[in-house]
Amino acid sequence: MITYLLCFILFLVGLYGVLTRKNLIKIIIGLSVMEYSLYLFLALIGYIDGGAAPIIDPSKPAGLVVDPLPQAFVLTAIVIGLATTALLLAIAIRLYKKYNTFDIDKINTLKG
Amino acid sequence: MDSLIPLFVIIPLGIAFLIPLTWRLIPGICRFLPSTGMLAMVVIAFFMLFYVGGEAITYKVGGWEPVDNIPIGIHLVADGLSLMMLVIVNIVGMMAGLFSIPYINKYTGENYYYSLFSLMVAGMNGVVMTGDLFNLFVFLEVSVIASYALVAFGSSKDELEASFKYQVLGGIASLLILFSLGMTYWYTGTLNIADVAKVIRTGSEGSTALFIQLFMVVGFGLKAAMIPFHAWLPDAHSSAPSPISAMLSGVLIKAIGVYAILRLFFTMFNITIEISYVITTIGVLSMVIGVLLAIGQWDMKRLLAYHSISQMGYVMTAAGIAMIIIAKGGDRQVAALALAGGLFHMFNHAAFKGLLFLNAGAVEYSTGTRNLKELGGMADLMPVTSFTSMGASLSISGIPPFNGFFSKLIIIIAAVQGRFYFIALLAVIVSIITLASFMKVQRYVFLDKARTPKLADAKEVPFLMCLPMIIMAILCLAMSLMLIPGIRDTFLLNAVNILLSVIY
Repeated sequence: MITYLLCFILFLVGLYGVLTRKNLIKIIIGLSVMEYSLYLFLALIGYIDGGAAPIIDPSKPAGLVVDPLPQAFVLTAIVIGLATTALLLAIAIRLYKKYNTFDIDKINTLKG
Repeated sequence: MDSLIPLFVIIPLGIAFLIPLTWRLIPGICRFLPSTGMLAMVVIAFFMLFYVGGEAITYKVGGWEPVDNIPIGIHLVADGLSLMMLVIVNIVGMMAGLFSIPYINKYTGENYYYSLFSLMVAGMNGVVMTGDLFNLFVFLEVSVIASYALVAFGSSKDELEASFKYQVLGGIASLLILFSLGMTYWYTGTLNIADVAKVIRTGSEGSTALFIQLFMVVGFGLKAAMIPFHAWLPDAHSSAPSPISAMLSGVLIKAIGVYAILRLFFTMFNITIEISYVITTIGVLSMVIGVLLAIGQWDMKRLLAYHSISQMGYVMTAAGIAMIIIAKGGDRQVAALALAGGLFHMFNHAAFKGLLFLNAGAVEYSTGTRNLKELGGMADLMPVTSFTSMGASLSISGIPPFNGFFSKLIIIIAAVQGRFYFIALLAVIVSIITLASFMKVQRYVFLDKARTPKLADAKEVPFLMCLPMIIMAILCLAMSLMLIPGIRDTFLLNAVNILLSVIY
């Protein structure tokens, strides 16, 4: 249970970063922290205490194995997360070139 | 027949990667590739719609057959609703693709534009067809990442800022969706939508399902920009190049937002009264606040973007009414009528909002501004744009015989029959405010005298930009025909029955 709680706290840390930081790069880091807490949660879903890696070995009887499906999710989600983070950083760099700052209070031509 | 299904993902994905490879050799042909591909997909979708009717056909990716009735691998499903969505996505995509050819000339990196455009369509087609929850997430990310890049395509200050905002909020939405999918897997042990539905319906009524549903409402609600999750939409949709705005407002918020909510909530979960009230409240709030925010706007595309929120509110309200009636065990006919109105309005909105954004793009292309106070007198200078824009404005404000009138009428009738008198009243009032708002657009842009002398040089846009606008304007009228018995059964009632078949 404690691992799930820690995972949730990590998610909140990331959310806090996204909501309160004024620096574009720190917002991106906050989003990444949130992402990683979710990957951890997904990996925990499939985890079984004492489970072996889900690889079929014909010479040994099939024992207790962890669920491989969430692990496949996590891998796919990491790749997607890489794409979003790379795009965010690219946009942040372009914004820096236009404004010479990462401060979101100074980047406010749009009203929302 | 089922071997045709993967084509909807293969064609746009293939085009997306073919364009950067062959751009140097045949740029002229590459420009037409996305719209040609989408025309082919429209034809295939229509063919399947007439050939199979409402039957759901399933394509098993990789040929994995179910073991002990438990599906393995990814299923792609084409039924009445998803085929209808495919038709609308690809028609609007085709028109936006044609419109882009002259419009996007002023930007550098045209090949990347067409490539990202095709990727976005591939993602949307995938979201609409997939029968697997995690696959839905992957396709959703494909389409939104392409749309993030397309919003920033002009790479001026506004566009970059809008894209950053869109990406941060979109990123949070994706994480919430991923979390809810993880919870669903934990709760049911499967990811196939049909299989999840089976497990949830046979299992006990749990609060876990409600928890998952709330996360899904917030996640997909952020993607669909329902109020109170709307902050990114006016910026992103008004900053993007106009054909992309037409795609984002016309189909993206539907395919990955509203469609996903409808599909998952109606076919996967037991409909409970709590979640029905949440959906209805969000819908009514979006409908009313969206239009109130739109009144004060002077930027043409920003005004249209706020109206998108409001019109999507109609769809969500109709779906919410249907859910409340189902949850309370009310009259099935009224629920079906509300849902039919909602879906019809969703399809109609794609046609008229796509057209309005193309009009805004045409005005901006000729005059270089989209500020209402600087425009005027365009009716004489740009007759095609003016005429089609008039049609679209009448359609969105609900004037007969345009399609918007009929869908709003059905929603209001369903609300009255279901005894939601207050919602019906609000729907009528919002429709009147919408009319007022579009009269302002018509007056300031097209009818008044020109406000600045440089506008006298403005002339009608090239043929390739006129053609999509004319076709969309004809669609705005022709979609009213979807109510005629016979046509109605193929297009609309099949889609409604798909959503209701699991419940009744």
